[in-house]
Amino acid sequence: MFVLFCPHCGEKREEEEFGYGGEAFIPRPATPEALDDEAWGDYLFMRKNPKGWHWEMWSHNTGCRKFFVVKRNTATNAIAGSWTLAEGRKAYDAEGGST
Amino acid sequence: MTNHRVRRPGVRVDFDKPLTFSFDGQAYDGFAGDTLASALLANGVRMLARSFKYGRPRGIVGIGPEEPNALMQIETGAHTIPNLKATQVELYDGLVARRTTGWPTLEFDLKSVGGLFSRFMPAGFYYKTFQNQKLWPKFEHIIRQAAGYGSAPSEPDPETYDHSHRHAQVVIVGGGASGLLAALLAGRAGLKVVLLDEQNECGGWLLSSPQSVIGGEQARAWLKSAVGELQSMPNVQVLTRTSAFALHDMNLVLAVEQLQDHLPIADRVAHQPRQRLHRIRAERVVLATGAIERPLVFGNNDVPGIMTASALTTYLNRYGVAVGKRVLLQTSNDHAYQGSADLARAGCEVVLADTRTRINPAWEKRVRAAGVDVRTGFGIAFARGRRAVTGAQLVKLDAQRNAIVASGPSIDCDALGSSGGLSPTVHLYCHDGGRPHWDEERLAFVVPEAGRAKSGIYAVGAVTGEFGLQNALEQTVRVMRDVLGSLGKSTPTSSDNLGTDEPEATPARRIFRVPDGRAEGHGKKAFVDFQNDVSAADIHLAVRENYRSIEHIKRYTALGFGTDQGKLSNVNGFAIAAHALGRSIPEVGTTTYRPAYSPVTFGTLAGAHAGDTFEPRRYSPMHAAHIARGAEFEPVGQWLRPWYFPKTGEDMHAAVRRECLAARRGVGIMDASTLGKIDLRGKDVREFLNRVYANAWTQLAPGKCRYGLMLDENGMVMDDGVTACIADNHFVMTTTTGGAARVMTWLEKWHQTEWPDLDVYMTSVTDHWATAAVVGPKSRQVLAKICSDIDLSPSAFKFMDWREGTVAGVPARVFRISFSGELAFEVNVDANYGHHVWEALMEAGREFDITPYGTETMHVLRAEKGFIIVGQDTDGSMTPLDLDMAWAVGMKKPFSFIGKRSFARSDTAGPNRKQLVGLLTDDPQVVLAEGAQIIERADAKPPAAMLGHVTSSYYSPELDRSIALAVVRDGIARRSEDGRKSGRDVLYAYAGGKAHKVTVVSPVFVDPKGDRQNV
Ligand SMILES: [Zn+2]
Repeated sequence: MFVLFCPHCGEKREEEEFGYGGEAFIPRPATPEALDDEAWGDYLFMRKNPKGWHWEMWSHNTGCRKFFVVKRNTATNAIAGSWTLAEGRKAYDAEGGST
Repeated sequence: MTNHRVRRPGVRVDFDKPLTFSFDGQAYDGFAGDTLASALLANGVRMLARSFKYGRPRGIVGIGPEEPNALMQIETGAHTIPNLKATQVELYDGLVARRTTGWPTLEFDLKSVGGLFSRFMPAGFYYKTFQNQKLWPKFEHIIRQAAGYGSAPSEPDPETYDHSHRHAQVVIVGGGASGLLAALLAGRAGLKVVLLDEQNECGGWLLSSPQSVIGGEQARAWLKSAVGELQSMPNVQVLTRTSAFALHDMNLVLAVEQLQDHLPIADRVAHQPRQRLHRIRAERVVLATGAIERPLVFGNNDVPGIMTASALTTYLNRYGVAVGKRVLLQTSNDHAYQGSADLARAGCEVVLADTRTRINPAWEKRVRAAGVDVRTGFGIAFARGRRAVTGAQLVKLDAQRNAIVASGPSIDCDALGSSGGLSPTVHLYCHDGGRPHWDEERLAFVVPEAGRAKSGIYAVGAVTGEFGLQNALEQTVRVMRDVLGSLGKSTPTSSDNLGTDEPEATPARRIFRVPDGRAEGHGKKAFVDFQNDVSAADIHLAVRENYRSIEHIKRYTALGFGTDQGKLSNVNGFAIAAHALGRSIPEVGTTTYRPAYSPVTFGTLAGAHAGDTFEPRRYSPMHAAHIARGAEFEPVGQWLRPWYFPKTGEDMHAAVRRECLAARRGVGIMDASTLGKIDLRGKDVREFLNRVYANAWTQLAPGKCRYGLMLDENGMVMDDGVTACIADNHFVMTTTTGGAARVMTWLEKWHQTEWPDLDVYMTSVTDHWATAAVVGPKSRQVLAKICSDIDLSPSAFKFMDWREGTVAGVPARVFRISFSGELAFEVNVDANYGHHVWEALMEAGREFDITPYGTETMHVLRAEKGFIIVGQDTDGSMTPLDLDMAWAVGMKKPFSFIGKRSFARSDTAGPNRKQLVGLLTDDPQVVLAEGAQIIERADAKPPAAMLGHVTSSYYSPELDRSIALAVVRDGIARRSEDGRKSGRDVLYAYAGGKAHKVTVVSPVFVDPKGDRQNV
């Protein structure tokens, strides 16, 4: 049980207020029909699932109901930061978009 | 009965407050301040348990949570608690305790007869014997009864429990000398401090050693002023009787506070909790958890009267109990010396055998002055006695190697204490991933004093291996300087004088198992883990049988498995395993320390989340109306919904039959308020719906409704419901009762992450509306009586229309939709008018014999029509096409809606998919079991190919026969003309050992053309 900072509410709150939203920055393909089965399958099923730093989404279910981005270490539960979706994207890109 | 009481200065029992208690039906005396263990020892009770495998007599070994033997059943009836350690049970007047082991009796334990069991129960007994699992049920009962351990209460727990969620700047775990000093320093700096101590008062080892000196005054005086100062600080909270049992991510400390366990049951305050769970978020955690003395391992080391040296000392100094008159102490280090002097001064005849040849001259001088007979270079080969220790055989040890060089004297004694060194209580530090380090000088797994400063976890005192009092206190000042600095507090210039009179320590001897001159397994049994009867020989056996990892050795031998979790035994076990493996102790390492540090009762973990408050219960606005009409209820998610409405003498079958026929032939009424409702507004709602639903919404005009299938991106059905167009920029969506919250989050996610540009606002309005569904051919007549401003005629108000108007004088939205296939009107009103409108509809329907019905009838009616329940007839692997619902998919929509692309995936589009069908049994009276497997042949033997399973199955009153829905491979083709021609429509539904012949048909059993809902 850890504590997350909601960038919309501006508060640190207990994990039980939040819901996990999966790996961040997996954009939905703009034209799904143009993708072959393998590429569409990658979008559906392939996740980084790293042991270590992971960019992921959380939603503040019992608070503002907003989704936001968290960089969390899956091995230690250390948290490097929380951002709004837009700001998180910038931070992610600044890192070279890798885990 | 011998009197073992000694009145000494500093003793923490109150001799002016005598108490009585009972153990195994016999009455005994004790005093306030005693534990059950100290009181039993004071009464001369030695044997109070029988061992797990061998039935050997056992007595008290320790003083706290490390106690392996003295497991007690406390109290009786609803208040009974099994397996409490006598060393942790505070004595109160009238306490009732029973042994938990010894079968049939403590005096005569069957297992001990001629080693009856021991011959058959070597290490790995359970693995070897019960690899054939069929044997286990036969033996389980006998083995469990013989092994003992307490009984769970059979009545509901009459006590209450609560949870406290809190924040602190500094949480200090352990109120011994270091923890108290840490709390003083943090408290004086003005920080918000919580100090936790598991005992009834702070002090830790100082309570066992009141003659120690701190800063020129006796420890008990220092203790008194420290506790007094802490209590005077409003920013410091001291919680005693509070055991920190877990340390989780981000410094979440879980601790259980015992509020009433120490009180006689009659004196406990009703409506006050028995225990409280504290969940404390701490900016900094300071572990001052101390250490537990481990015994040495030698032959017959389990005879009652043999304990740790620190236990003998503690019973004397803290509880005023001299366990024996003639005491033999054996040590490998300095820790037993102070106690030996205390015992001698209290009048005991004391022999101190030190395994070292070079001992501490200062200590030697002190204890000899007290009258202790010190023998250097001796170990105990084995103890004598069976139900109580009577003496021990000493052997002369080689100065370097752990080997015997000569025999030694035989010493008579009636109490024996041993010290193999201290094992720091590293558990909490390890709960969230920390690993202790092996310190070869101190012979202990220790926590580094820097702890994990980055995470805000620090350690002070014995847990870091700083076993000397003065060193520990100086270290505490040093570490707290870092802690305070990290919180922006200036370093306090401590005026405390922390000087002690301890001599400088002399190195301990590296010895765990005292040699007896025989090969392991050939001498007297030498126990490592008392609770599980694991001997040194068992560990050697495990290694001979090629177990290499300490985690495997642990599981094979059961080392450290008991309620004491190996607090005494682990380090000895690791060391003996390392020796047998020819490796070093750090190479062998430790097993994993997991929460909880000591057992926590389920009641505390549950807190108020039990019984009626286990989870919120939601009731519809018409709930009182249903109770008044005698409804039986069933939980649906958090909702409690009417299940059926039995009349006098009716069972469920009869009631459902009557309700179904009323809805089909007259008029029924159902409470549909629990359906999820989401209000969507904004100019892009229509486009949003086009994206999140499979069907098209572009043409849906205000005043119209449409059924929609919601898919996940795999193309699988995840929810369904009817959405109404209120205005071009305003829609109301309904979801399944159980799916409401999930759907809301799902829609939010897509809107926020993928389509934030769409102008859509969503609000959950489930609780704002009450919904009564009036169902059946006469429903129009009923509604007409209390609704005058809506034209209900078939031409003006068509199927799948909705109208705004007034029902029973209340503003209403009326939807002409149907989940039964009959003419039906769903009347939606403000939830606060729900009960009123329900009663008005009942009154209006009286002349038509309007019949309220519940979820069971709703299910029968919808199954008769082949209407799916998402989650019952679908399981996350069904596409709309699998459900034969292509009509609800708008393939021509310009936007590639969620799930659409996946229809073309090879698996989704491939042959032989499971598809929804109807099944009719050959015998119309047979109602198939839901979950029954569909197989091809009646005589198929397992493993038979399973073609699918029954998802819904009912007896249909309308058809007067059974019906079922099922998902079956290639099911849609089977029910076609081709299927019938080739006989592929005949299958078998297998459940409970019987295969029933079934015919695959369309899932629409009643009114296949859908005429009845359109009248
Ligand atoms: Zn928030």
